[in-house]
Amino acid sequence: MYAQMVKSTGTGVQSLDEMSPEDRAFQERIDAGEKIEPKDWMPDGYRKTLIRQIGQHAHSEIVGQLPEGNWITRAPTLERKAILLAKVQDEAGHGLYLYCAAETLGISRDEMTEMLLDGRMKYSSIFNYPTLTWADMGAVGWLVDGAAIMNQVPLQRTSFGPYSRAMIRVCKEESFHQRQGFDIMMKMAQGNTQQKAMAQDALNRFWYPALMMFGPSDKDSVHSAQSMAWKIKMNTNDELRQKFVDQTVPQAEYLGLTVPDENLKWNEEKGGYDFSEPDWEEFFEVIKGNGPCNTDRLAARNKAWDDGAWVREGMMAHAAKKRARKMAAE
Amino acid sequence: MKTEWPLWEIFIRGQHGLSHRHVGSLHAPDAEMAIKNARDVYTRRNEGVSIWVVEAEQITASSPSEKGPLYEPSESKVYRHPSFYDIPDDVGAM
Repeated sequence: MYAQMVKSTGTGVQSLDEMSPEDRAFQERIDAGEKIEPKDWMPDGYRKTLIRQIGQHAHSEIVGQLPEGNWITRAPTLERKAILLAKVQDEAGHGLYLYCAAETLGISRDEMTEMLLDGRMKYSSIFNYPTLTWADMGAVGWLVDGAAIMNQVPLQRTSFGPYSRAMIRVCKEESFHQRQGFDIMMKMAQGNTQQKAMAQDALNRFWYPALMMFGPSDKDSVHSAQSMAWKIKMNTNDELRQKFVDQTVPQAEYLGLTVPDENLKWNEEKGGYDFSEPDWEEFFEVIKGNGPCNTDRLAARNKAWDDGAWVREGMMAHAAKKRARKMAAE
Repeated sequence: MKTEWPLWEIFIRGQHGLSHRHVGSLHAPDAEMAIKNARDVYTRRNEGVSIWVVEAEQITASSPSEKGPLYEPSESKVYRHPSFYDIPDDVGAM
């Protein structure tokens, strides 16, 4: 899925004339649409921004397994359960691709993991919301993965080669996630009254959190300009949010569900929907750690890391022993 | 003891592929686990029939800044390409 609130370093975007020769050569490569590869020179701010963005993106995939994992043992049919398992397995894989992409920038996965565990790095705000009913699996797939795709499709063209290649892989799989989520919503929305009510309730709870996934409004997103100049980011937060709303509202209509926004209205002039902004105060509380599930999510990750320490060490010890035995035999 | 698992680079030959292609990397304690994990991560959707794993430390890469000296010589040797030679049409296919 997706990371947000990525702060780049530095002070605003410099013009080519203000740049050092190295920076200028770099910016010219970006402007020419060249991909930057791990061994290439890059400005410190570019490296740091990417480590933060890719790292947080990877963390989001890992933490994102928790709200869905919550329903694996309670999935209503064996088929749905198998699908959910496959999806959660995909998320683990996405985390892996992304950690590896971040590692090409000179940070290790364990370092990033520790930063996640002690709260120095963030993950997507969406995973701090609880999954209360089975319909939430539908809403998460349809809305959350839908929002993730909206973000990730343009990132396939992002300027850093390993990130762009990871996104290409991720997008292929993410579209399975969105479709299976919509499939759950369809089943529920066409089901009995209680099922339909559950689907509507899930949409009500996930609509605004999904809109928040695109990050704060452009006017409050202070570091966007630099990320756009470096082509780390291809579209502004508001552009992507608008696109998401335009695409999703007709899907909700198809389901016979109501988007929980009384200001939602088609605007002929701009060729898109007018809609209410999410509650940004809530958003900033959630990313500060005060959302409904922040504590639980981090506690679960910390517990897995701490309780698994002896297994990780054991496997390294075993690998060393096997290597020594093999050397002795040669 | 350092407990961070080493990084492995993963190469996969596709169903009808001619050669192994680099698909990504992963952490694993040893080569056997790297193969197992590569199978789970990189062939979930039938992507391939053969996996190579190589410890990332074992790979030496050329540097982008050496691009000039490494690849320029090939530009001046156009005669290495068959299309450099004009064969009269009368000769037929060659």
